[in-house]
Amino acid sequence: MTNSIKDLHEAQVIFVVGSNTTEAHPVLALEVIKALRGGATLIVADPRRIDLARKAHLHLPLRPGTNVALLKGMMRHVVDMGWQDDDFIAERTENYEAFCESLESMTVEQASDICGVPADDIRRAAELYATADRANILYAMGITQHHTGTNNVLSVANLAMLTGQIGGPGKGVNPLRGQSNVQGACDMGGLPDVFSGYQKVDNPDAIAKMEAAWGVTLADREKGMTVMEMMHAVDTGKIRSMYIMGENPVLSDPDQHHVEDTLGKVEFLVVQDIFLTETAEFADVVLPAASSFEKDGTFTNTERRIQRVRKALEPRGESMPDWRIVQSIANRMGAGWDYRSAEDIMREVAAVTPQYGGVTFSRLENVIPDVEYAQTDVCGLQWPCPTDDHPGTPILHSQQFSRGRGLFSAIEYIEPAELVSPEYPLILTTGRELVHYHTGTMTRQAAGLNALVPEARVEISQQDAARLGIEHGAPVRVTSLRGSIEPVAWVTDRVSPGLVFMAFHYAEAPANRLTGAESLDPIAKIPELKVTAVKVEALS
Amino acid sequence: MAVVNEAVEKTLTVTVNGREVKAAPGQTVLEVARSIGVEIPTLCHDDRLEPYGACRLCLVEVEGARGPVPACATKVGDGMTVQTNTDKIRRLRKFVIELLLSNHPLDCPVCEAAGDCRLQDYAYEYEVNMSPWGWHPLQFESRDDHPNIARNPNRCILCGRCVRICRDVMGIGCWGFTNRGYDTIIDTPYNLPLEEVGCVSCGQCISTCPVGALSMKRSRYAARHWQTDKTTTICPYCGVGCEVVVHTHRDALVRTTATVGRGVNNGNLCVKGRFGFDFQNSPDRLTAPLVRDENGDLVPTTWDVALDRVEQNFKRIKAESGGSAFAVLASAKCTNEENYVLQKFTRAVLGTNNMDHCARL
Ligand code: SF4
Ligand code: SF4
Ligand code: SF4
Repeated sequence: MTNSIKDLHEAQVIFVVGSNTTEAHPVLALEVIKALRGGATLIVADPRRIDLARKAHLHLPLRPGTNVALLKGMMRHVVDMGWQDDDFIAERTENYEAFCESLESMTVEQASDICGVPADDIRRAAELYATADRANILYAMGITQHHTGTNNVLSVANLAMLTGQIGGPGKGVNPLRGQSNVQGACDMGGLPDVFSGYQKVDNPDAIAKMEAAWGVTLADREKGMTVMEMMHAVDTGKIRSMYIMGENPVLSDPDQHHVEDTLGKVEFLVVQDIFLTETAEFADVVLPAASSFEKDGTFTNTERRIQRVRKALEPRGESMPDWRIVQSIANRMGAGWDYRSAEDIMREVAAVTPQYGGVTFSRLENVIPDVEYAQTDVCGLQWPCPTDDHPGTPILHSQQFSRGRGLFSAIEYIEPAELVSPEYPLILTTGRELVHYHTGTMTRQAAGLNALVPEARVEISQQDAARLGIEHGAPVRVTSLRGSIEPVAWVTDRVSPGLVFMAFHYAEAPANRLTGAESLDPIAKIPELKVTAVKVEALS
Repeated sequence: MAVVNEAVEKTLTVTVNGREVKAAPGQTVLEVARSIGVEIPTLCHDDRLEPYGACRLCLVEVEGARGPVPACATKVGDGMTVQTNTDKIRRLRKFVIELLLSNHPLDCPVCEAAGDCRLQDYAYEYEVNMSPWGWHPLQFESRDDHPNIARNPNRCILCGRCVRICRDVMGIGCWGFTNRGYDTIIDTPYNLPLEEVGCVSCGQCISTCPVGALSMKRSRYAARHWQTDKTTTICPYCGVGCEVVVHTHRDALVRTTATVGRGVNNGNLCVKGRFGFDFQNSPDRLTAPLVRDENGDLVPTTWDVALDRVEQNFKRIKAESGGSAFAVLASAKCTNEENYVLQKFTRAVLGTNNMDHCARL
């Protein structure tokens, strides 16, 4: 996020696109509700009538996979009406002309035809957003999980730069991170192309720095494989061994049959987790990890705030914190590491990671009285926090973008990879539900949560249900090109005709058995999880 | 930014119990008193809610005012002089509490809130006399229709906090006052089950209830408030990163709460953060390493055996095919420190950059 959670409510206009905030980030959504009570205007672009859409002043129910068209339509109208922020564009950005030209290819009417949102609503959204003093954008997987995910993200950035809605309280672009420490896992270099702090693995200076810090010669000096590429490389025999820490790709990744096939083919698979997950079932060795209540460390939340995770209980049985397990293996391979605590590791992180340079456990321990939080003591530090006396950075890009000038991108609309056909006439879109979390490893153990939502369900419109003879609560079969699953039908006006929705939390009816891994975003390698063509049948 | 900073600039001078305090325009007497450690009792107040001024417990004397004023709803003015604990004020507060206790069930021995109950605390602090009004405990029927929320209307003191938090903070509005006078009760519209009136099971109403009228059903009878150890940590679920207080007792997680005035969540939690932690005590947790035996089954073993197996195979494959034959997945559920050492292990020890995680998903 460019902003802090606590300054979201200072926006006059909040534009939520591709984020079911009240379910996926419930407590953050309270800031949106607070803003609404304070008189803010809410625009929601989402195929479904999610809770926030009901509270919104303007709901744009776009067809799944047409974000770029909608955003271009809005930007075209902004430029046509002369609402762009010329000063901001001149001082802070570049490539504006090429971007403007790219808008020529789409009128508001054309955008409306593609995304299915009335042209007047697109104009109204553009006006509300562009002419507000302070407007914030929130987005999540509804923007990123497409084969055009990178284009979607760049289009959101274009809109914010075009209107100068960035870099102040209540003004910014805020991607919401799904899992507790996604931000941190990226920051720490859990990616194929960067060390911690986004230092490129193929940059000679970065390599030299890490080699000196780690006392090794690095064998690999090129970008590695993304998770999707790894799966394909197992098929071709290039990857022989996998080590998976705390992830459950069998349920979280698209095209479940393929993932299972692949894991079955790995010559030597090590899985480390707190449960015997669907993924661990394939392992040659399963290593028992401590839960987050049983260890010390830090998480970095969606607003880049590094916060302290504290041990409340002893690890169960023989289980150990993940870092201890990794260290044991490393030392058996001759690494000679000697970390005694998570704090030891953070000292090294701070030494080699510019954004975390000023982070120490003792600073995180202290309650930092933050000027912006008149009433609230918020612990932790928001990166970038380069030095010991740096207070952290609540708002990014308030003076300039990290690359200097913000770069406008000329983006063309590309159709979703998978289109409906006579055989698969409905669009399935996937996401999260309020009550369960990710692959359900943890939440489906909770009696209090299972009592609320005990089984996998597929949301379907009244019209489609009636046409297909499907009753509310009755079991159905959902089938795509890749497989089929049997959830119960949830007949609701949250989805419009032609659209069905499922969460991916359920092992017994895994939505990702249906989704496809073939079409990846060319840059971010994100699969198209939001648009899958399916058919739904009643089970008698 | 300017707006915010102006709000915290302390330009006013107020005298509280004889002490001069700097205060910001817009602050209430309650906030200013607290800023110097002077506690004023409240029942209907929660910092997450707008001042309500209904319970009359926070009455204080302000010089020049006609009578006592509620500290929670009175804004300070420059030069204001406040007394929070005079004999007269203490008598008034005692009277309020006695009145509340006159129809309170006083089933503290089995009440979930005992030890963490404002009414209990204040009755003790103000040395209430139990008998001036007689005792006529309420006798409403309880309704038990929610998997996580236990309701006991007889313990309700009608402070309205549950009504306001659900309506104002959650933007939903499951609760309301029904009936009048002595029969007033907190209920859902048309007495419908909570799940039918849009309840999202956040438990926010439980978190604000100052007594035992609303409580966490699944941790009932697990451990008293004073028996648990409390550790402040971060919710392991979504990327909001709410601060949670984990209550543990005899090696088990009993319940989680959050502290108003702290963390990005300011005392708020969602259904997962409040009711989602049974996994911690689950008998299905892995407690020993597993390795595949000759029959292809995963069987429990010791760390030595499991790590030997890992070492031999990693070394063998590395010798045969080099680092590029490995792929490693980091975790968005593990800590920064763990992800850091895992990427270091992958790049420096295995010798490959084939490292990713499921963040895209
Ligand atoms: S649990 Fe949440 S939504 Fe349900 S009644 Fe209480 S405050 Fe309202
Ligand atoms: S149930 Fe609790 S919070 Fe609600 S009015 Fe009664 S005492 Fe107050
Ligand atoms: S309590 Fe809910 S909103 Fe807060 S971090 Fe946990 S899952 Fe996210």
